[in-house]
Amino acid sequence: MTPKQKKNLARILVALALFVGVFAASESGALATAGAAASINPLYVEFALYLIPYLIAGYDVIANAFRNIGRGQVFDEDFLMTIATFGAFALVFFPESEPHMAEGAAVMLFFQVGEFFQDYAVNKSRQSIRDMMDIAPEFANVMRDGALEQVDPYEHSPGDEFIVKPGERIPLDGVVTAGSSQIDTAALTGESLPRHASAGSAVISGCVSLTGTLTVRATKPFEDSTVSRILELVESAADKKARTESFITRFARYYTPAVVGIAVLLALLPPLALGLPWADWVQRGLIFLVVSCPCALVISVPLSFFGGIGGASRQGILVKGSNYLEALAQVDTVVFDKTGTLTSGVFKVTSTTPANGFSRSEVLRLAAHAEAFSNHPVAQAVRNAYAKEAANGANAAESSQSESDRGIDAAMVREVRELGGLGISARVGETTVLAGSAALMEGNGVAFQAPSQAGTVVYVAVDGVFAGSIIVADAVKPDTREAIIALQEAGVRNTVMLTGDKESVARTVAAELGIAQVRAELLPQDKVAQVESLLAAQAPGRKLAFVGDGINDAPVLMRSDIGIAMGAIGSDAAIEAADVVLMDDKPANIARAIRIARKTMRIVWQNIVFALGVKFGVLALAAFGMANLWLAVFADVGVAVLAIINAMRAMRA
Amino acid sequence: MKKAFKLQDLGCANCAAKMEAGIAKLPGVTNATVSFMTERLVIEADEARFPAVIDEAQAIISKIEPYCTIKR
Repeated sequence: MTPKQKKNLARILVALALFVGVFAASESGALATAGAAASINPLYVEFALYLIPYLIAGYDVIANAFRNIGRGQVFDEDFLMTIATFGAFALVFFPESEPHMAEGAAVMLFFQVGEFFQDYAVNKSRQSIRDMMDIAPEFANVMRDGALEQVDPYEHSPGDEFIVKPGERIPLDGVVTAGSSQIDTAALTGESLPRHASAGSAVISGCVSLTGTLTVRATKPFEDSTVSRILELVESAADKKARTESFITRFARYYTPAVVGIAVLLALLPPLALGLPWADWVQRGLIFLVVSCPCALVISVPLSFFGGIGGASRQGILVKGSNYLEALAQVDTVVFDKTGTLTSGVFKVTSTTPANGFSRSEVLRLAAHAEAFSNHPVAQAVRNAYAKEAANGANAAESSQSESDRGIDAAMVREVRELGGLGISARVGETTVLAGSAALMEGNGVAFQAPSQAGTVVYVAVDGVFAGSIIVADAVKPDTREAIIALQEAGVRNTVMLTGDKESVARTVAAELGIAQVRAELLPQDKVAQVESLLAAQAPGRKLAFVGDGINDAPVLMRSDIGIAMGAIGSDAAIEAADVVLMDDKPANIARAIRIARKTMRIVWQNIVFALGVKFGVLALAAFGMANLWLAVFADVGVAVLAIINAMRAMRA
Repeated sequence: MKKAFKLQDLGCANCAAKMEAGIAKLPGVTNATVSFMTERLVIEADEARFPAVIDEAQAIISKIEPYCTIKR
């Protein structure tokens, strides 16, 4: 609680105690007897006594109201409350009226109680989001003259080295130069499994070193480090307002003057035109004034969005604006870029088919040797597969060979020729090996068999005889299939995959993952056109999200309704181009983001409907003389507090 | 030129909305947002008029909420 809140609370409690005292005295009849004894109208004694708690509770509201009238600011809460309570007290001067001083004092009192709760709840939610985003490191350890010194990370420049001890946060993005440790990235990615870092690994600020001491060379200044960028992103997310939010503020701009206008008409017209009792109709007008305050509505909507954005960021999902959270809730089409998003982007040997009496491992060995000096991703995949196989084989046969012999014996490889996009020819030992495409086989008159599975095929021939084929494919990420199912459960009706890959490869991946549509063999610039045609086919009010790795699909990310960049941790370009950034590269987070967005929107609408429903309900009751000021106060501050409590649910994603 | 400021003692959500509407209408201002939750004011305005804009923004804010100040 802030000092201001404490002061307000004390004031409210004093006023409340006095109010209860006066109320008890007046109800018990003690006031009446005392007044009669002093031969004063007991009503005026009551009036004066109720003024005390009223003024203690509301002096600032009244002062504000008068100041605001001077500034031409009418229709604010203070003004409305002052008029309403003045009116309630003034009713005592209508001879035919019941006294309403108790209600006048109570309205002010409960208005202040409500304001207090509102203030408290707002501060609390601001605080809990701040705590959640408490990933900013406070210092960097720097070695100076043989002693560790803590310096402000702001003062640290790129190239300088700093030391991270176990349990400390990494203050700036950098590269490890010495030491090794397990690193907890949960605060940034929501991923609970720690990562390993040792000399040469890039580390990002905001993560916690768990087990070891690291020496890190900073690669970025603090203000450009990941942690600063994320905090800035979450802070500024509230600036990009959702349509619902602007709608409610616009609504409030008309709602309050309209209700106040009706209040005036209600208080004046029936008594003047029809001669109905003043006290009754003035009271109805006062109820309208109390209910006309717009704050419950206006406060609960941005609070819900803010909560939703905060809750999402705790899971490693950064939503760059309330408007994007709103749009995310309307997504029914998700377009994926294949490589790096659905697949890991790393090629792997998925199967090896030997032929003509060659063994599987022989085919792999020959291909790996022929491609020993190539840095093509396919060649790397073949070499990796061979290294793995050789290591396994060595274990099984308890071989006496040394470590290096398990891999590739580069000395055996001679006369390597890269054959212009077709493959490689090389002398491996005493044989000539061809490794490459079907065209390479045909060109050399080798009779070969095409394998049935899809993927990039490497055909291997030895001295002109077909030895077998190796299929290399980009491996699908482990939880992708579940992620697609989760998307469908979250209400996504259409999934599309875009890829530059061959049609057959794309179809196999899509079928394996359960993705409905495939657009294959696309050049990077074709992807924008594809997304545009999909956008044109969207039903109105439904949104299209594009998921990419953010590396070379920035134009597509920007063109789609919502661009989602995946595994973007540390990639500035991706964070820049996307509307939603998944810090992790887990596809499951897409569905999670949509679920959070839907939940937030549900809460937003619940609040709007609830607040407006209660307000209009009380207005209707008041117009027919069936409401009192107590109910009106509930419709104002009570609803605000309930809406805030509901809004805070959005944070617990 | 675009700059973000912290607002101290921003009291009510509706007031924040009024401030936003008022500041956005100032001459030279292309865009202005006031976020009640983050207590942040973001002003996008002509470089040349920027200092004047901030003063005028403070005047609008004081008119709506006397205790609320732009932290510069």
